[in-house]
Amino acid sequence: MAKDEGAGSSASDHGAVIHGATRSDSAPEQPVVDLTGVRFAWRGESPVVVEVERFRVAPGERVFLRGPSGSGKSTLLSLLAGVVTPQRGSVRVLGRDLGALGAAARDRFRADHIGFIFQMFNLIPYLSVVENVCLPCGFSARRSEVARRAAGSVGAEALRLLDHLDMAQGDLLRRPVTELSVGQQQRVAAARALIGAPELVIADEPTSSLDAERRAAFLDLLFRECAREKASLLFVSHDASLAARFDRAIQFGEINRAMAASGTVGRQP
Amino acid sequence: MILALAVRSLRNRKFTAGLTVISIALAVMLLLGVERIRTESREGFAATLSGTDLIVGSRASPVHLLLYSVFRIGNPTNNLRWQSYLAVAQRPEIAWTIPLSLGDSHRGFRVLGTTQDYFEHFRFAGGRRLTLAEGGIFEDTHDAVLGADVAEDLRYRVGDSIVIAHGSGEVSFALHEEQPFKVSGVLARTGTPVDRTMHVTLEGLDSVHAESDDAFDPLAAAVREAPGGRASGARERAISAFLVGLKSRPAALLMQRAINEYRDEPLTAIMPGVTLQEVWEIVGTVEKTLFAVSALVLVVGLAGMLVALLTSLSERRREMAILRSVGARPMHVFGLILGEATFLTLLGTALGVAALYLGLIGGRPWLESRLGLFITVGWPSDYEFGLMILVAVAGVLIGLVPAYRIYRYSLADGMTVRV
Repeated sequence: MAKDEGAGSSASDHGAVIHGATRSDSAPEQPVVDLTGVRFAWRGESPVVVEVERFRVAPGERVFLRGPSGSGKSTLLSLLAGVVTPQRGSVRVLGRDLGALGAAARDRFRADHIGFIFQMFNLIPYLSVVENVCLPCGFSARRSEVARRAAGSVGAEALRLLDHLDMAQGDLLRRPVTELSVGQQQRVAAARALIGAPELVIADEPTSSLDAERRAAFLDLLFRECAREKASLLFVSHDASLAARFDRAIQFGEINRAMAASGTVGRQP
Repeated sequence: MILALAVRSLRNRKFTAGLTVISIALAVMLLLGVERIRTESREGFAATLSGTDLIVGSRASPVHLLLYSVFRIGNPTNNLRWQSYLAVAQRPEIAWTIPLSLGDSHRGFRVLGTTQDYFEHFRFAGGRRLTLAEGGIFEDTHDAVLGADVAEDLRYRVGDSIVIAHGSGEVSFALHEEQPFKVSGVLARTGTPVDRTMHVTLEGLDSVHAESDDAFDPLAAAVREAPGGRASGARERAISAFLVGLKSRPAALLMQRAINEYRDEPLTAIMPGVTLQEVWEIVGTVEKTLFAVSALVLVVGLAGMLVALLTSLSERRREMAILRSVGARPMHVFGLILGEATFLTLLGTALGVAALYLGLIGGRPWLESRLGLFITVGWPSDYEFGLMILVAVAGVLIGLVPAYRIYRYSLADGMTVRV
């Protein structure tokens, strides 16, 4: 069902913007993420959770965003995903002002350009490994098309990514996703985030359920694949030991003035 | 895409989904089954008699008269005199009459004393007449013509001898052994009480009664042996009721009044259509209750689905958040749950209909022989299609409830679930 709706829209709506904007060399370094004067509170009178004057992520950049839980990180991610829009300021992703788009258009934009990896329980339990990886292509004609161009079919591209993430050996592919280890599940989630080459991959504490050794291995794979797909990576974690491996590390408390003012904020998991 | 997801997700919850489908299927089967039997029994009921303008018996309640004369239920309380029958039968308005004499049985089947006119004029199911499956109608005083069930259940063939007992119980004590009847013919199946009736001649029945009287009453034997005794009946012949066909239908009301006011003997004449309606209204409350109960079962089945879907929602918020993160819109999530409800209802309805048809085909012989219900196993009627559509629509409407809830969750949660 997503196929038919996307077929026309990707070409007409934002297809042009994307290709002009991000396919690296053509345009002068337009940031993938660009927050300007953003201010967000969950409800009108509730305390401001996110107040960011300026935050940018350049194309291909790997940014480490560190902050304790309750620092408004998850809200920032919701803003970037277009699930919520700020009361003030603008959130631009790939040059597109998300606040100016309708809810449906934001959902479609997210499907087309952003891949997500969460902390855990990333996978749909009743779908197979390959089906989980292919899922974004069901909602985005653009990513489906890119995957098809890369490998001939969406399924083949999923297998290619899984192979790169060392998930294609043995009977791993045939196992129910609920029987995979957490590390394996995270690699499936990474493949899903990368399929169809979205310009931005957002990883929210993807390694916090892994032990140190597996954490390093997972990061290696993630970096390699993001580089191959030319995706920017926004990596959120509270584990400072990982920061050194990124192009840039940001302490979220430092850029979020709402936190500096009020300490911690409620409504965060 | 969403539909595929809905089916996959249901397959993941096979057990609950299966139970839901089964409960809906059973409810649909029950509802349609009750409706089918209701319709068929109403039609079968109305089809037991046709073309008869009046039924006449001795003074009795109309319902009682109808029940024993047509349905062979109960016994006549009083007989009416042959003279009264002749007096009515000879009136000019009357086209034909069929005398009926009831009160005897043979191995659990009712014995009906009548004349050749029965086979000539009796009509059922919108004007169909009785036809013989084998043999012929009465030729001799001791000939018997069997209904289809009688012949089949008792394995009687044309030419067999039959002994008739007095009284109508399953077990009879007074057997008329001296005068066995001979099967002269077997009627084709009608789907009416005729199938369960053994027809004999009035004369034959008279002789049986004369004999049995002899056994206890020496005087009767003496009278019988007196000159002329046997021929015209020293023991006056009586019948239980008779059916009347008029030359012109509109005369029925006048004729009915004339018979009801007959002076020599208190008689009751009923118009079968009117009394059938009365009886059906008595039976009707039962069938309406049955319908109400099966409708309630359907409500319970659908409520079960609602509960199953609602309880699954909280544990599926995580799943919805994942779907949102890969680009699903809240409407997709809404459609996913609605799709599941629709799929469950449609599958349940289809299975229910299939099970009903299997049941009807399998249970038809039993329904026929035990209840005298003739179920036609054909394409569902418009009314039944209407019921099925109603069930499907109700299922989808019920699916809107959990679908709307998950839609709200999904709007509020976005990609992160706050549990």
